[in-house]
Amino acid sequence: MKKAIIDFKDFSFKYRSQVEPTLVNINLTIYEGERVLIVGPSGSGKSTLAHCINGLVPFSYKGDIEGSLTILDQETKGLDLFSLSKMVGTVLQDPDGQFIGLSVGEDIAFVLENDGVPQEQMNKQVVDVSRLVEMDDHIDTSIHELSGGQKQRVSLGGVLVDKVAILLFDEPLANLDPATGKHAITLIDQVQKETNTTVVIIEHRLEDVLHESVDRIIVMDEGKIVNDTTPDALLVSNVLESSNIREPLYIKALKYANVPLTEEMRPAHITTLDIDACKANLQEWFEHADSAVSRGKTTPVIAVQNLHFGYHRERQILHDISFSIDQGEMVSIVGKNGAGKSTLSRLICGFEKAQSGKILFRGEDITNDTIRQRAERIGMVMQNPNHMISKHIIYDEVALGLVMRGVPKEEIKSRVEKTLKVCGLYPFRNWPISALSFGQKKRVTIASILVLNSEILILDEPTAGQDFRHYTEMMEFLVELNRQGVTILMITHDMHLMLEYTPRAIVIADGRILADDSAVNILSNEEVIAQANLKQTSLLDLAVRADIADPKEFVSRFIAFDKGVRKKWQ
Amino acid sequence: MAVEMLSYIDRKSPVHALSGATKLIAFLMWSSAAMLSYDTRVLLVLFVLSIYIFKISQVKIREIGFVLAFILAFLLLNNVAIYIFSPQEGVKIYGTSHVLIEIVSRYNLTLEQLFYQFNITLKYFVVIPAALLFIVTTHPSEFAASLNKIGVNYKIAYSVSLAFRYIPDIQREFRIIAQSQQARGIDLSRNEKVWKRVKNVSTIVFPLILSSLERIEVVSNAMELRGFGKNKKRSWYSEKPFKQRDYITIIIAVLLLVLSLLITFHDGSRFYNPFI
Repeated sequence: MKKAIIDFKDFSFKYRSQVEPTLVNINLTIYEGERVLIVGPSGSGKSTLAHCINGLVPFSYKGDIEGSLTILDQETKGLDLFSLSKMVGTVLQDPDGQFIGLSVGEDIAFVLENDGVPQEQMNKQVVDVSRLVEMDDHIDTSIHELSGGQKQRVSLGGVLVDKVAILLFDEPLANLDPATGKHAITLIDQVQKETNTTVVIIEHRLEDVLHESVDRIIVMDEGKIVNDTTPDALLVSNVLESSNIREPLYIKALKYANVPLTEEMRPAHITTLDIDACKANLQEWFEHADSAVSRGKTTPVIAVQNLHFGYHRERQILHDISFSIDQGEMVSIVGKNGAGKSTLSRLICGFEKAQSGKILFRGEDITNDTIRQRAERIGMVMQNPNHMISKHIIYDEVALGLVMRGVPKEEIKSRVEKTLKVCGLYPFRNWPISALSFGQKKRVTIASILVLNSEILILDEPTAGQDFRHYTEMMEFLVELNRQGVTILMITHDMHLMLEYTPRAIVIADGRILADDSAVNILSNEEVIAQANLKQTSLLDLAVRADIADPKEFVSRFIAFDKGVRKKWQ
Repeated sequence: MAVEMLSYIDRKSPVHALSGATKLIAFLMWSSAAMLSYDTRVLLVLFVLSIYIFKISQVKIREIGFVLAFILAFLLLNNVAIYIFSPQEGVKIYGTSHVLIEIVSRYNLTLEQLFYQFNITLKYFVVIPAALLFIVTTHPSEFAASLNKIGVNYKIAYSVSLAFRYIPDIQREFRIIAQSQQARGIDLSRNEKVWKRVKNVSTIVFPLILSSLERIEVVSNAMELRGFGKNKKRSWYSEKPFKQRDYITIIIAVLLLVLSLLITFHDGSRFYNPFI
């Protein structure tokens, strides 16, 4: 019998500020050396569960506990945050926010400093750990100069230096580009094997975590554990769908093709999947599925010509960017962290001035228009809604831009109410914004931009940090806006979003346009994928393995079919 | 990009090589000497020395130009204010009155007043290079360690250095928020009336406070989870160990302080009087 390392027994927890308990009657045992993934929609209690393990609950976030939780045979209620932090190392979600040291070495050493380890020994330990996370060439590098993946390595190093028994990752993939996310999972796997720690990962990007194998997946919903089983068993069941968690795309394709999935077919990973059992069904489905209808050409609404930009002459951030977007298109802008995607959107909105090049709106040169003039045509929605909200009541927030423009009161009222209806916020118009969820806040910021009658919306990571249900709601809302004539550009790391919602994608790598093509073509072009840190879709792997004559066509047919299915259940 | 004021400037120089604590102690001694003494001879010597130290630090004037200009403007304002509120201060101190120009009633220009204000300006010039040098030649990671070394509680020392460190981040965030608000038509430029502008800035401050609170929560959780505040004492990764040059520097600083105080007070007055 393996040794139990984390043991919840009839455990419930209620935050002091809340009426209902967030965790209800949890019974869960995690054994030494296990790799466990915890998934669940937002509000399911998975983050609270993580906080119970690392001690933030109840020591920082107070509340009432019932039942027992033992970690390494010690009842956690009787311990304190510091003794727990010796057993559980936590890597938090936000890779920037959790850095405390300024250089790689200093950040890794933070735990040792707090333990009062003498400097000489500290230096030695930092070198050892940085070798383990492959950062030994960067010990003196400043944190700000690191890439997203390197940051992840450093935060892992900062936790490993303490020789903890349990590693806890709280949404480690959020904010990482797809390829970096893949490396992060590989790194976690590698470190786990070398140190034989117990690993608990909280994440809702299931398909990305399953890139390496995990032993068990625990599904949470509404504060309860609804499923606790192996990946293979979970994927053949219907639990994911009913708990609003996104299934891996290849699994969905198998289900559409009516493949009778069983655990023995090892569906947890595309390479272990018993393909022979699926081939016939997949090929048959492919023959019968309709191919996607491509949309006709319309007039260009915005065009960028030979844009150059850099803060310093020598170091250019964008080189010679040219593209044109048609009225009513929905386009993704993708590429690795720091490639220049956000800068491009800031140039289009006039937040920055280009060194050379032109921006045309319906053929009219708007390169020298002010931020305010451009805002009436092009709206920008920031990733963090809290960066945009400055009023207390929803109605006032949405009305702000019009009030500032001196629009007559009557007109403001009718325009705001119309926009609120479009955004599904009309019933809440007199609510305080603080009472809204993250996704709803985001809607408020979209409404406050739309009310200015912008014809183009640029959204920075519209679905970051949202679970599958909220993701679908947000995207369907954007599709509806798009149908009403708003042209939409999205900056995103989410390959699913790109594939499912935007027929066209522009790939930016190192400040240049690397590709401007259909999403399907881009996600099957290995060269582009490698250069821009993207990730090939598992659908393509599936099609190739199933000997389908035209794998790309398989992917587009799947997307078209999937859209049809979703429309039906709405 | 945002102007990075008062950030660390990396050079190889004897000043950079000193431990942060040494620089802090020396700076405190140096500024006490400059604060306490009005003796022009002492101040002049200190002034020449501070120019020399600035020179060997290899920090260029233009690198701190913005802050320097700011302080000088302040100094000018200070001088004007002294004259307006107390035009006869010099006469009172030095006991004689050599009038150069008569203006109106008590507002005349005396040699004594000029000399007094020259001394005050000199004090500034003694302290400014030292203060700026301490800030720009001490690595921010070492900053907290040096405060802690001279006896400041490490939690307070760390908070101070964290606050300094987040200034550039907050500047960046301010810009992002300001731009998104401008896009919605909130005018922060000179086209708007002053009162309206102040009101408009408040629409930026509200989101800025919210996002800063979020940031504080994340950092404090991250710090606690890694054992910050567990023990009464902690060690410092980037602390520079004391070397011979550190001891020598501190001894020189102490000697300078004692010597300048001796010279200043040997005749019972803080002022050097060239008028008798």
